[in-house]
Amino acid sequence: MALDAQKTNGFTQVGTRPNRPDGIDKVTGRARFGADATAPGMLFATIVRSPHAHARIKNIDTSKATALAGVKGVVTRSDFATGLTGENWNILENVMAGDTALYDGHAVAAVAATSALIARDAARLIEVEYEALPHVTDVDKAMADDAPVIRAGAADKSVPEGLHPNVVRYHESGHGDVEAGFAEADLVIKDHFKTEATHQGYIEPHACLATLGGDGKGELWCCTQGHWNVQKICAALLGLETANLRVTASEIGGGFGGKTAVFIEPVALALARKTNKPVKLVMTRSEVFRATGPTSSTSMDIKIGMKKDGIITAAEGTFRLQGGAFPGAPMEFTAMCAFAPYALKNVHQVGYDVIANRPKQAAYRAPGSPMAAFAVESVIDELCNQLDLDPIETRLKNASKKGTKASFGPMFDRIGLVETLEAAKSHPHYTASLKAGQGRGISCGFWFNHGGETAVTLALSEDGTAQLAVGTPDIGGSRASMALMAAEELGIPYDNVRVTIADTATLGYNEVSHGSRVTYASGLATIEAARDAVKRLCGRAAAKWGIPEDAVKWENGCAVPSGPNAGDFDPLPIAEITKRMGATGGPIVGHFEATPEGAGVSFATHIVDAEVDPETGKTSVVRYTVVQDAGKAIHPTYVEGQYQGGAAQGIGWALNEEYIYGEDGRLQNAVFLDYRIPVASDLPMIDTVIVEVPNPGHPYGVRGVGETSICPPLAAIANAVSAAAGVRLCELPMSPPRILAALEKQRDG
Amino acid sequence: MSKIHVTTTINGDQVEYLCDPRETLLDVLRDRLGLTGAKEGCGTGDCGACSVTLDGRLVCSCLVLGAEAEGHDITTIEGMATGEELHPLQQKFIEYAALQCGICTPGILVATEALLKKNPNPTETEVRYWLAGNLCRCTGYDKIIRAVMDTAADMREAS
Amino acid sequence: MHYHTPTSFDDAIAIAAEASGTTRFLAGGTDVLVQMRADILTPDTLINIKGISGVQDITRMSDGGWQIGIAVSGAEMSEHPNLGSDWPGVVEATDLIGSTQIQGRCTMVGNLCNASPAADAVPAMVAAGASVTVTGPGGTRQVAVEDIPTGPGKTSLGTGEMITAVHLPPRASQGGDAYLRFIPRTEMDIAVVGCGINLRLDGETITEARVALGAVAPTVRLVPEAAEAIIGTTLDDAALAALAAAASAACSPIDDKRGTVKFRTHVAGVLAQRAAKIAYARAQGEKDS
Repeated sequence: MALDAQKTNGFTQVGTRPNRPDGIDKVTGRARFGADATAPGMLFATIVRSPHAHARIKNIDTSKATALAGVKGVVTRSDFATGLTGENWNILENVMAGDTALYDGHAVAAVAATSALIARDAARLIEVEYEALPHVTDVDKAMADDAPVIRAGAADKSVPEGLHPNVVRYHESGHGDVEAGFAEADLVIKDHFKTEATHQGYIEPHACLATLGGDGKGELWCCTQGHWNVQKICAALLGLETANLRVTASEIGGGFGGKTAVFIEPVALALARKTNKPVKLVMTRSEVFRATGPTSSTSMDIKIGMKKDGIITAAEGTFRLQGGAFPGAPMEFTAMCAFAPYALKNVHQVGYDVIANRPKQAAYRAPGSPMAAFAVESVIDELCNQLDLDPIETRLKNASKKGTKASFGPMFDRIGLVETLEAAKSHPHYTASLKAGQGRGISCGFWFNHGGETAVTLALSEDGTAQLAVGTPDIGGSRASMALMAAEELGIPYDNVRVTIADTATLGYNEVSHGSRVTYASGLATIEAARDAVKRLCGRAAAKWGIPEDAVKWENGCAVPSGPNAGDFDPLPIAEITKRMGATGGPIVGHFEATPEGAGVSFATHIVDAEVDPETGKTSVVRYTVVQDAGKAIHPTYVEGQYQGGAAQGIGWALNEEYIYGEDGRLQNAVFLDYRIPVASDLPMIDTVIVEVPNPGHPYGVRGVGETSICPPLAAIANAVSAAAGVRLCELPMSPPRILAALEKQRDG
Repeated sequence: MSKIHVTTTINGDQVEYLCDPRETLLDVLRDRLGLTGAKEGCGTGDCGACSVTLDGRLVCSCLVLGAEAEGHDITTIEGMATGEELHPLQQKFIEYAALQCGICTPGILVATEALLKKNPNPTETEVRYWLAGNLCRCTGYDKIIRAVMDTAADMREAS
Repeated sequence: MHYHTPTSFDDAIAIAAEASGTTRFLAGGTDVLVQMRADILTPDTLINIKGISGVQDITRMSDGGWQIGIAVSGAEMSEHPNLGSDWPGVVEATDLIGSTQIQGRCTMVGNLCNASPAADAVPAMVAAGASVTVTGPGGTRQVAVEDIPTGPGKTSLGTGEMITAVHLPPRASQGGDAYLRFIPRTEMDIAVVGCGINLRLDGETITEARVALGAVAPTVRLVPEAAEAIIGTTLDDAALAALAAAASAACSPIDDKRGTVKFRTHVAGVLAQRAAKIAYARAQGEKDS
């Protein structure tokens, strides 16, 4: 019985589009999200935040607040663990400021009271004495000689001498001889690009409900992409034993990477410990913008050389990422993704991680990659324009494929970039006629994808139905994909699989739902756990029939003899086996606990038509097509949904979304009114093409699909704007004032 | 601060509660009445996740005071299905995967039900503009718009 | 915060006149509740005026003008069978305030009293020549809409005074109005620039015009120079160019998160031209497509 073979066809359930198991809960308002939990005797908490971009905290006077009727407790930094180092220290410092407030919105104290209104009133009574310090929020300014030092000694050993102390990490990679490559080129284009920080913009603010007794045992309910990570960090920040803190993930109202980090949970736990009561803490929208983890802002230089026939001879990029007041901006991802779509003889990339007085960045859908694609794919478009080359043909000529040495080092296995380009080329969109004032842009995009620690159990019930416990929160329909894969392996109906997101006490460690890993890794784990259960089912049948285990195979939900020599027995359905499992050896449970490492990288090609109003500089996206390699689409509707959602977020990033800081270093647009994510009337339908080039590292060929879709839109739209209006925008967002200024500059010569 | 006594109708049932004058209808629904289907995405009327109807009129419950509900008729997502029978919009949203995370879904369903009552035959553009105050960050709206258009067509055919 | 639900203007005014601290009237609440939630302002006294009789009425007066109650929502104005035929610009301007949900609550008077220079309804009201009745402890007066806001967030209303009705003049024959605003998205934004234009024709020639601009100065601004640029013309290219120049010249905007001085000044001219063309077409009797 070959349990580990890759299955790429003959599916009976995978590839169909059933209703999601949690659908009714979510359309009736019954699903319980982060802020929907309550506990008897619960208190409500509010966090006091710094109004300064950078300030020494001289004194915190909580006496007036604690004197207010209904106030049950106040916490400051002294209520957390001491002696932390490394990333735990960074997280604690971000969750509750120590001596210094490092950005506008940095938490400095928190209060719990018997009602949310009293907690808010009390927060206003906490008096914090600040001494304002010089601040910097722009990435280039933060690296300049005269920039204030955000934190001395924050840099690690990777940083070359002579750089400003705000440069805290450095990366360099590549191969070949770029200078020789540029010398071979017929045309070399070099340009400078900047992108502003954007926010994931999930609609559900962070929320949690914490209980923590004097015995050090705690319960935490929160909206998170990964509750084992929350457990580990909170235990460290509170000085608890990890196993004594049980964390349950609520339904999650969007994350996109932003809920891989911990912000309010340790604060709620500290208040719960101090008050000995359950404490609910829910962020406001403006707190979400000011004090969670937006993306990095970037400053980038790109230089690419090309022959007249479109072959790229060399490519070079410098990527400076500002990721807030702490190390961690994903500059190495930016550098490594930048040229990944192309087979390059000569490539060199440099990355800088720069700290500034802004909130600590967090992951956002393919962290670091969209900015790189914006810069690189803009330059390639400009090269194609100036050399009069077709943008898809040119990309095909240079496309990475199996055996290509990737720009970031390793050799690519089977990948689907060429297939996405071919599919884009033959899509009717690519050759459709355009109206006056419209232009078409294309771009490729790349993301690594990820595996990570994964644990799953699949327990069979006496009636032959299955209870699948996974540890990766369902951000966008993953329960449906898991149920499909389990049902496929077990040969039982989809509706007979119940998928639960287990709490931290129930399964082994699961890495967060990030890196597009859920359908890949929890999916692989589900398949393997089901195969493990099938092995046990076959064993019970073998025992019943008195034949060797390897003489039994599993077909259509039944144990059957593996061939004529195995004996002549009627198929034994799953329910017949499970009905007697207590008497035949006990419960039948399939397991998987491992760290899958075969996440296949994924590529996409996007086509977009944009229209620019030459009098106002306003850009409208009029048609959009996403072509992306999914490896294998388990539930194609939800794969399409990932493609469409990534494209929509990319459109927002390209055109309107940005963090706007004033001269005072304070965030000016911490509301959805002014942080302008796309609304329904901003977007066209988003067409999708699912390309399936199986990932050799997954039993069904699955590649992660969640992140790659946000990589191409920024450049695709910039290229469409260039085609529509004749101006090249090298700074995001391409807001109307920026486009109008570019048009004016062009008119004035 | 003394509380205000309010008598109102929610999803057809008469309800009484006491609330602080500063509490919004959303606060009352969620924290006092346990009706957590309406969500707070922003608290400032920008996201639509808290959509309910007030005397049949679509509003953000975060921009209505709890005290203002006195004598009015409120419906929330919890009142949309009839027993176990889902509203056609709810059914179609599941079938079309018109939700990913689901946090905006209650507000969008309440809003689209109000639209179809007012205009049973909306164009795609009308649906998009009607829903412009309901932010969805997951779907890019494509499947939502398709679900609404197709539900409207089904409901026209059925009526 | 003290919450009141008076049933007459007299009671409302008496409560407001006697209140100490900050007082706000509550109609749609789409500004005051936002300010409360965002910790910008929690009034000491909040007076819900929706229980006062007549505040939800839209009435055509005997002279053909309109009286609009102070609690009439944007949605109710859009749904009215006749108001939009007379004053499409005023109705479309009010309709641009916020989302469908906001439309169910927001009012023209709230938009006016919030005194944002970017208020959408206000340029259209000013262009229309709208006035309001202001009633207070000292009696009642009629005030032109453009005289209500005195600066961002500030109005000419005195303590205890409130607006009790909005008046739109009779729609003149061969007249039309329009309002356009510029926003980066298609919906949900605050106007970066707004322009309301109301005009009247004799044949093809413009005989009367009022042009108002929003979001380009501390208050919504009536721009007589822009009106003069098109009066006496058939809105030919030269007139449109003069209109744009006059509109841009009237701007004294600020750089902020929503737009730059340069952008606002330029786009004010663009919108004035576009709004004038729509108003002109409406005055000629063309129905909106």
